[in-house]
Amino acid sequence: MSTAAKEFTKEQEAKETTKKVSGAEALLMALVEEGVDTMFGYPGGAIMPVYDKLYHYDDKLKHILVRHEQGATHAAQGYARVNHRVGVCLATSGPGATNLITGLADAMIDSTPMVAITGQVASHLLGTDAFQETDVVGISTPVTKWNYQVTKASEIPEAIAKAFYIAKSGRPGPVLIDITKDAQFEEFDFSYKPCTKIRSYKPVTIAEESALDAAAELINAAKKPYILVGHGVMISKAEKELLAFAEKAGIPMASTLLGLSSVPVDHPLYVGYLGMHGNYGANIKTNECDLLIAIGMRFDDRVTGDLSRYATQAKVIHVEIDPSEIDKNVKADVPIIADAKEALGRLIPKVKDAKHDDWLAEFHACDEIEKKEVLEYTLGDSTEKVKMSEVIKMLSDKTKGEAIIVTDVGQHQMEACRYYDFKITDSIVSSGGLGTMGFALPAAMGAAVGAPDRLVVSISGDGGYQMTVQELGTIFQYKIPVKILVLNNSFLGMVRQWQELFFDRRYSFTEMVNPDFVKMAESYYIKADKSESREDLSAKMDQWLSTEGPCFLEVVVEKESNVFPMIPTGESVSNVRLK
Amino acid sequence: MKEKQRFTLSIFTENVVGLTNRISIIFTRRKLNIESLTTSASEIEHVHRFTIVFYTTPEQAEKVAKQIEKQIDVVRCYVYEDSEIIYQEIALYKVAVDNLTDSDAVEEIVRKNHARILAAKADFIVIEKTGHKEDTHALYEALKPFGLMQFGRSGRIALSKERQEISSLLAEFDQEDAIV
Repeated sequence: MSTAAKEFTKEQEAKETTKKVSGAEALLMALVEEGVDTMFGYPGGAIMPVYDKLYHYDDKLKHILVRHEQGATHAAQGYARVNHRVGVCLATSGPGATNLITGLADAMIDSTPMVAITGQVASHLLGTDAFQETDVVGISTPVTKWNYQVTKASEIPEAIAKAFYIAKSGRPGPVLIDITKDAQFEEFDFSYKPCTKIRSYKPVTIAEESALDAAAELINAAKKPYILVGHGVMISKAEKELLAFAEKAGIPMASTLLGLSSVPVDHPLYVGYLGMHGNYGANIKTNECDLLIAIGMRFDDRVTGDLSRYATQAKVIHVEIDPSEIDKNVKADVPIIADAKEALGRLIPKVKDAKHDDWLAEFHACDEIEKKEVLEYTLGDSTEKVKMSEVIKMLSDKTKGEAIIVTDVGQHQMEACRYYDFKITDSIVSSGGLGTMGFALPAAMGAAVGAPDRLVVSISGDGGYQMTVQELGTIFQYKIPVKILVLNNSFLGMVRQWQELFFDRRYSFTEMVNPDFVKMAESYYIKADKSESREDLSAKMDQWLSTEGPCFLEVVVEKESNVFPMIPTGESVSNVRLK
Repeated sequence: MKEKQRFTLSIFTENVVGLTNRISIIFTRRKLNIESLTTSASEIEHVHRFTIVFYTTPEQAEKVAKQIEKQIDVVRCYVYEDSEIIYQEIALYKVAVDNLTDSDAVEEIVRKNHARILAAKADFIVIEKTGHKEDTHALYEALKPFGLMQFGRSGRIALSKERQEISSLLAEFDQEDAIV
């Protein structure tokens, strides 16, 4: 061995005994410690030391190269939503970092656990308007649960440990860690300790016994109790407890958009979907029940309509993990600040066996009205072109309600929520709070990676699809088996619907002249087909669903069809427009 | 709509970079103007205290407090009406003194207002007054005719009349830590 080689070996040995690693490597080691095996990202100057180390981490950390940083955030969201793990995304400084903002805001409002890591210019350049420098900590503050800028490598293990703890505990949310380039290069002695508590942060409160007793008393005395199922049920994995509770006390249940799939649609106590385009009975009965039991939901304005005319006749029990949601929109007579699973588990023995058949029958009577006034049209074939509702119903039947449905935003989203008969929990991935067009394709990509054993369907309109369509490249490169469905009406349909109903049919900039979507998918080597008539839809859908790997289907739908029922903005939930 | 009134928030926090932004944007988002904001050490080592004064409805004040308390690095946020706290502000006044007559008059005002002279130079004096905003404003009006060269007033600092369980809250936490 030459002297130089000996020297090199000595140096290597010394390195191993002291375990000195660079900040970049420490980040990857920390991610592995946190159990991360997949992340979505896009390289750039300020994050290059991390990408350089990532080159040797392929066996431990699968990195998926997206086509735009926004896609990385939505993919991380889709991943997190279907498998309850923290979604991770990686981007460079400046534009890379600012491209994450929409996804962070979406994850924040829809309580999705996510850790975003951004590179930053070297610490001596901070505040100098250096190339690709942007104050991402400042910009992301309102849309993150927590964020932190690392300027020394030694801070990395603790920052990452805290980030994961905060992202997944309590009401989950996005966290951003910004790491300066010099901190990525700097070497230090690595050791890792997971975070289990932060003294200023109390993520879960144990339900007060007195509150549970008070709730049980109201439930046992109620004649017309009504459960509103929110996203919190799935987040806390309380599906079984919810069913046991509802079945014991005989209480009808309706779901919010994000709560969909936590109760099987065919459950005898399930009465439908809440909100602006929800089911007729589910909405109007809110104003006729005597007890509202809201579980893991935040009374979004799309659910409540005019708050001054919302459930004023009812007592309200609000089970919620986030104390700031209590009394924010609807005043709770009995607030239960707790994890839904814990609260429901303890509530079950306190409630009496009961049945409320007459009350349940009132919902069914409403279903009859909805069937006649709405479904006869939406599921019928009176229109020339097929309607979105028909396509979703067919998809639901063909997949037996067992697929993961990832939606974009707009008319198709509402129809997917209305007509997909969910049978399995954790099956809806939709941008509920933020209403982010372009969400579906990248989120479906993440969902398919996060739930490799399940069928994942991405549903978009022709508008939203084109906002993140470049992710077809990612889907192709990694052979992600997403079934992509575009319901094309050559309109920004929901905006057009509002223009028709509330703006005297002035279709201001809502008509789209579209490209050939089939050719577009094919240019990414993705099998693609198009259905333009009711006659060939079923066969084409079968073909599309049975194709292995990613596959694209465009369905040309009725141009000017509206989503009904509808509660116009600012109206009471009692004033449902059926047509 | 309910009448807006003055509220004081006492916020106990960790001492970290960026928290002022995190707290202040909660007001920005609701288009609430911050009347005054002061940060300082608190009675607990390594725990900082923000004192924020703003005008809003009682309902809104509670909601804002909950949003602030939700922030990871915030230990506790208390909402107070004026009657629930002992509070003070400090004001400094730089007054031009051109001749002795004026100087005498200024001295009289200082005595009457229970203020004090911090510095006296050939052509100006600097007066300090501690009190409620109404008091410091009264002195401002009194001194204005003499030519106020400069004026500045601090934000409110406030201590609660009721016992705050903040120390015991943190002690409880350390206890838990010890058990682990």
